[in-house]
Amino acid sequence: MIERVIAVMFQMALMLLLSPLIIGFSRRLKARLQTRRGASVFQPYRDLYKLLRKGMVIPDTASWIFSATPYVLFVTTLLAGLLIPVISAEAPLSLFGGVLAVVYLLALGRFFLALGGLDTGGSFGGLGSSREMTISAIAEPALMLAVFTVALGAGSTNLSVVAQAALGQSWRFLAPQQMLAFAALFIVLIAETGRIPVDNPATHLELTMIHEAMILEYSGPYLALIEWSAAMKQLVLMALLVNVFFPFGLSASWSAATLLGLLLFSVKLLLLAAVLVLVETTNAKMRLFRVPELLAVAFVLSAMALISTFLF
Amino acid sequence: MWSTRELYTAGLIAYALGLAGGLAGHLSKRTLPWLPGWLCFLSLSAALLEFGASVSALFANVEPGWVLSSGVPYLSYSVRLDPLSAYFNLILSLLAASVSVYSFGYIAHSAARRSPGLFCFFFNLLLFSLTLVFTASNILFFLIVWELTAVSAYFLVVFDHESEEARKGGLLYLLMSRGGSGMLLVGFLLLASAAGSLGFGALHGIGQRVSPLFGAVAFLLLFLGFGVKAGIIPVHIWLPAAHPVAPSNVSALMSGIVIKAGIYGMARVFFDFYGALPVWAGMLVLVIGVVSALLGVLYALMEHDLKRLLAYHSIENIGIILMGFGSALLFRSFGHPQLAALAFIAGLFHTLNHGVFKCLLFLGAGGVLHATHTRNMEKMGGLIRRMPSTALYFLIGAIAISGLPPLNGFVSEWFTYQALLAGFGATPTLTRLAFPVAGAMLALTAALAAACFVKAFGITFLALPRSEAADRAHEVSFPMRSGMAILALACVLLGLGATWLLPAFDPITSRAFGIAASHDFVAGNGLLLTPGSLQSGSVSTAIIALLLVAFGAVPLLLWLFWRRKTTRVSGPAWDCGLPGLTADNEYTATAFSKPLRMIFAALFRPRREIEAEFEVSPYYPTAIHFESEIQPAFEKHVYGPLRDGILAVAGWMRHVQAGSIHLYLAYVFVTLILLLLFGVRG
Repeated sequence: MIERVIAVMFQMALMLLLSPLIIGFSRRLKARLQTRRGASVFQPYRDLYKLLRKGMVIPDTASWIFSATPYVLFVTTLLAGLLIPVISAEAPLSLFGGVLAVVYLLALGRFFLALGGLDTGGSFGGLGSSREMTISAIAEPALMLAVFTVALGAGSTNLSVVAQAALGQSWRFLAPQQMLAFAALFIVLIAETGRIPVDNPATHLELTMIHEAMILEYSGPYLALIEWSAAMKQLVLMALLVNVFFPFGLSASWSAATLLGLLLFSVKLLLLAAVLVLVETTNAKMRLFRVPELLAVAFVLSAMALISTFLF
Repeated sequence: MWSTRELYTAGLIAYALGLAGGLAGHLSKRTLPWLPGWLCFLSLSAALLEFGASVSALFANVEPGWVLSSGVPYLSYSVRLDPLSAYFNLILSLLAASVSVYSFGYIAHSAARRSPGLFCFFFNLLLFSLTLVFTASNILFFLIVWELTAVSAYFLVVFDHESEEARKGGLLYLLMSRGGSGMLLVGFLLLASAAGSLGFGALHGIGQRVSPLFGAVAFLLLFLGFGVKAGIIPVHIWLPAAHPVAPSNVSALMSGIVIKAGIYGMARVFFDFYGALPVWAGMLVLVIGVVSALLGVLYALMEHDLKRLLAYHSIENIGIILMGFGSALLFRSFGHPQLAALAFIAGLFHTLNHGVFKCLLFLGAGGVLHATHTRNMEKMGGLIRRMPSTALYFLIGAIAISGLPPLNGFVSEWFTYQALLAGFGATPTLTRLAFPVAGAMLALTAALAAACFVKAFGITFLALPRSEAADRAHEVSFPMRSGMAILALACVLLGLGATWLLPAFDPITSRAFGIAASHDFVAGNGLLLTPGSLQSGSVSTAIIALLLVAFGAVPLLLWLFWRRKTTRVSGPAWDCGLPGLTADNEYTATAFSKPLRMIFAALFRPRREIEAEFEVSPYYPTAIHFESEIQPAFEKHVYGPLRDGILAVAGWMRHVQAGSIHLYLAYVFVTLILLLLFGVRG
């Protein structure tokens, strides 16, 4: 019992503290690739600290939905982060919800975020909400089919079981269904975290905004919570990808070896972040109506992954 | 302590008193202000009595049933409260109770106020006949009360008979309902002739004793016949035409429970009358389920009539229920009773959940309609400040119908996902691929539903009012709020307490598949839901809800810790530098769904027309006229040719019925001769 509580606390701290670092690392690397110097990797922490101490401006058109949204988004994302295995194959709360609960908790956060965007009464909020809900909806079948492929391989939707099954077999990431499912989930990761070529997190250019348009009216601590949730969501999805497809070094349960796992996990995470940044720097942002084609590719990839499970 | 039988009968009598009172009140031609209240009270008490009867029947080991002979050959008024009947009667009585509470406040404000007596007559008649539909156990009796339901629902739909839309919607409903009943009659008679009896008891497992062709034809007829009532695609077109035009408390009952009569019929036929069916049957139900779910939600997204939007969502949810039923059929065909029980429970549980949240949403929409006098979402907005309670209840319903944790919609969709996932391992060859693909389509459906309810709630309740009527809106009366509160509470309780409800399905599954499986689906001291074993996955909505609340401490602590002094200023939202933000700057429902309209353009075939009037230059328009519509594919490509065909046949038939009395006498004479010849030969 007490170990479980410690594990929960540890993973919660990891989610909260590690997530801004990944954002900072990505930004820094992106700047270097663009031959800029870039801000320090710790800049996101400073941003959060600053935002938390600032005052807020609430649009006078907004209702309590606007104020509730940051909290809902934050707690759902944090809970999703505790349902997934991070540095130990044993996720602390995985018994209370498997991969379906993770996907739907993130969806609950998004539901409120989109409502928060509409609540401001401005044009941009509605624009962002509409696009966010559209893109997440058409990313959903690819995401679920890839998740199903993985879950069927392990015979479970419990992510601890999935990670443990992944640990058991070496080199299985070379199996065709694993590679195809990974490719599909990678595209979904780009869409869900709002990165180029789907969305550009660095822009406030009116016509191309998605995520930034929704949160345009947020400021101060509310904005901090939303930015932090976005960082945690990225960490959740990346950790899922890393641990399900490349589980080396993941300890089977919580022990001292977990700390070594933490190191390996960070390295894998940074590698994945580097790949994401590489994709971001070498691609241009797509027109909004080209995005469905990209996600259709992801769907076809996950369908092929499923069919290969059937064949091999 | 009253027995089940007495509770049930007392409930029926209370409904009958309600309908008799309504008729008497109407015929007396006097305005009796206390009458509607008393009649609603009667239907409320009837619903509570039926609720008690259903609960005790569901958990009793005996199967209460009794027969009144009618004196007419083949017809007997036989009633049976077996577990399946009791379960559907339970859903009916729960919804009827909350809608009755709502009606206390609603009747005075709706189209029903013109003749409240007549309205209450049909209202109670609908509930009375529906109770009998769920409990009748004789084919003829069933068909009679089935028709009674259809007719009373028709009169309630066209209650606002001054509206052309209501008359048209009602007529379409009645016509299609007649077609469905025709198919039911033939299907039932095929089975009954094989069984040699019209009693439901004798029909148990009859599907195994008839020839395969016979059984297949009867199955298709019954599926389609019940499908018309349930609103499956492609026989759905009456549903979005009829549900929105009815008074809102009737819409709530129609979408909440009347269409579930079709689901009840399917459950009865698939899992009681038939044993293991061939694989194609389960596959057909699964595919129809997927198509209905997906097209239902896509058409819902394009609606900006709040009640039509909800009506299309009924089609979607019927599709989700059928995914469960289809998988259950397939599992039974392949000999997996436990998985069949899982899938069947998923479908049945979603039937209850959909009833609850759809009823809630329609009651909320009724409140909005009452406050703003429009169903057009583009004329709403800002209602969350003017009707805070209605907004909260509608939000709860919206979260539940989008399948988001921890409410009830999530639980039944979770079970559906688990059933579909299990299908991959449990079925052979290519059949297995259908399951994950159906799961992916369910994911798409649920995500689109979430998008649709962001639109429905966001455009209706949030930001600035888009019309004067919305600006002047006010909160609805206390009884209306209470009716919604009951259902909102049910959404929460059914979500958090799902594990305690599962044993109620045991008698149903043990009758259908021979196993009481609920203890396999519950683990961890009744806290966890599992699809059969902990190893293959688990979820706990109660703990998720608890943790979500507990984690709220983290952001609160952070904020308290760091902030030095609270500055929380209210200011205008960014208006792009225009002089002040008005409702014209807001995103509209049409704009919100535009990306999806473009993405699925192959289905919608959208058409738009923009005309700008100008005086000096086209860059300075004085007025812009915008028109946008999507093509109703089924109405145009399926029902258009069908209607033309029927008209052509009718035109041809006109020659036979030419109006000449001599010709008609000749017909009568020829028929008589033929019948005599037939009689002599026989």
